[in-house]
Amino acid sequence: MSETVDHQSSDKTAEPSSHSDAPQSALLQSPLQRTPLHGLHLALGARMAPFAGYDMPIQYASGIISEHNHTRTAAGLFDVSHMGQAFLIGASHHSTALALEALVPADLVNLAPGRQRYTQLLNEEGGILDDLMVTRPADPAQDGVLMLVVNAACKVEDFAHIQARLPNDARLLLASHRALLALQGPKAAKVLARHCPSVESMAFMSARVVSFNGLTCHVSRSGYTGEDGFEMSMRAELADQFARTLLRDEAVKMIGLGARDSLRLEAGLCLYGHDIDVTTSPVEAGLAWSIQKRRRIEGGFPGAQRIQLELAEGPKRLRVGLVPESRQPAREGTEILNDAGEAIGMITSGGFVPSLNGPVAMGYVDASHAQIETQVHLIVRGKALGAKIAPMPFVPHRYVRT
Amino acid sequence: MSTYYTKDHEYIRIEADHAIVGISDYAQAQLGDVVFVELPALGQSFGTGDQVAVVESVKAASEVYAPASGQVSAINDALEASPGLVNEAPQGAGWFFKMTLSDKSQLASLMDEAAYQAFVASLG
Repeated sequence: MSETVDHQSSDKTAEPSSHSDAPQSALLQSPLQRTPLHGLHLALGARMAPFAGYDMPIQYASGIISEHNHTRTAAGLFDVSHMGQAFLIGASHHSTALALEALVPADLVNLAPGRQRYTQLLNEEGGILDDLMVTRPADPAQDGVLMLVVNAACKVEDFAHIQARLPNDARLLLASHRALLALQGPKAAKVLARHCPSVESMAFMSARVVSFNGLTCHVSRSGYTGEDGFEMSMRAELADQFARTLLRDEAVKMIGLGARDSLRLEAGLCLYGHDIDVTTSPVEAGLAWSIQKRRRIEGGFPGAQRIQLELAEGPKRLRVGLVPESRQPAREGTEILNDAGEAIGMITSGGFVPSLNGPVAMGYVDASHAQIETQVHLIVRGKALGAKIAPMPFVPHRYVRT
Repeated sequence: MSTYYTKDHEYIRIEADHAIVGISDYAQAQLGDVVFVELPALGQSFGTGDQVAVVESVKAASEVYAPASGQVSAINDALEASPGLVNEAPQGAGWFFKMTLSDKSQLASLMDEAAYQAFVASLG
């Protein structure tokens, strides 16, 4: 028996192998880094594996399906401290926002205090270098600061890319001393509110600083599972106490990267290096919602010409959802054929998802075949599996509405 | 009745007039939750080491190789509806297929129970 498709890696982050072979071999030679919760993962019996240069928990004793279902029904705690956190600091919100707007297509000038936006770092061709979350702190004393969270496997390149393109009045401060935890699921708000009551009234994609039993923590109401939930950034040395306190709640279980991948797949969320990369534009990826009106009109971001054209005329290909007709999963790299047997695209993520107790996938197809319900064929190990183009998310999002 | 193992963690259990093939307990634990098993066709002939099945867990697809040459005499239909049997009872209800052996002497190159347990222990 041997693994033909190793999908152990499962996060917003891409493996270095997705980009080229060189960084991976370099990583294999260097010792794996550890997050502040490494000892806790081992104590909980996690199965660890290398991911983006870190020794990360893939799953715990109960297994991926059980962890997945726990997150959908209660509250899952994720260690995502391997992700890249940084502060972009300038003279005023306006000048800092403009500095970042030169690199991403989101409207950040009009980002209100205490609000968060999802965007993408773009290359000159409008291809996606990485996707990231940008937060404007609520505290007026922090005017001129934007907090960034980027993918682990891209963080070194991302920060170098940003740093090299900043105006003189802005600087990037890496927050490598900070941990990042996510608490996700229908019970996440109740659980976290036992320690910091103010989080319950937070809006989706908002952020604030809270005290968690005396520990200072920056909380945003967002995540990568499709559930209501929070991401919590704190100083590295506080993370273990923070996690152990949350885990004392019977609603909370630690969740590994395996379930993080199946949760985000069901939620139709992109995984960098798989569903989006330098060859895909935000419009092709179905991320045009993250490009606000002002930026669509004004442009002024890398690749604006291509992206404005795709917005006006539609892209040549589109990221779509796919549901195979049998129970057999179709994974990344699977070719997609139309009814006439012609190649129309490729699967970029796929697998078995617990909430539907069956397989789903996402991938790119020619725009002419992107219509929901279009019959296609997936070539898995030489055999054609029937599948239909399906709407995403596969499982409805349950973000909080306030 | 005796059971033999490959280094790829397939087992083959010899019964009166046929042999039963599946994956070991160690293999199922490494794979995690099994969600789909692609079984060979009834009557299919194969040689030692040929790919005869595929087992898919949530995170990966893994090939299963024939521990010995022969022909498929039965397949475990229950795995279609309940692939989780591979996790629950890999050497019981979670068997993959039954086969007739073309050359029993091939078993000599496989590990017996004690050798396989030592092999698994050496994997750490």
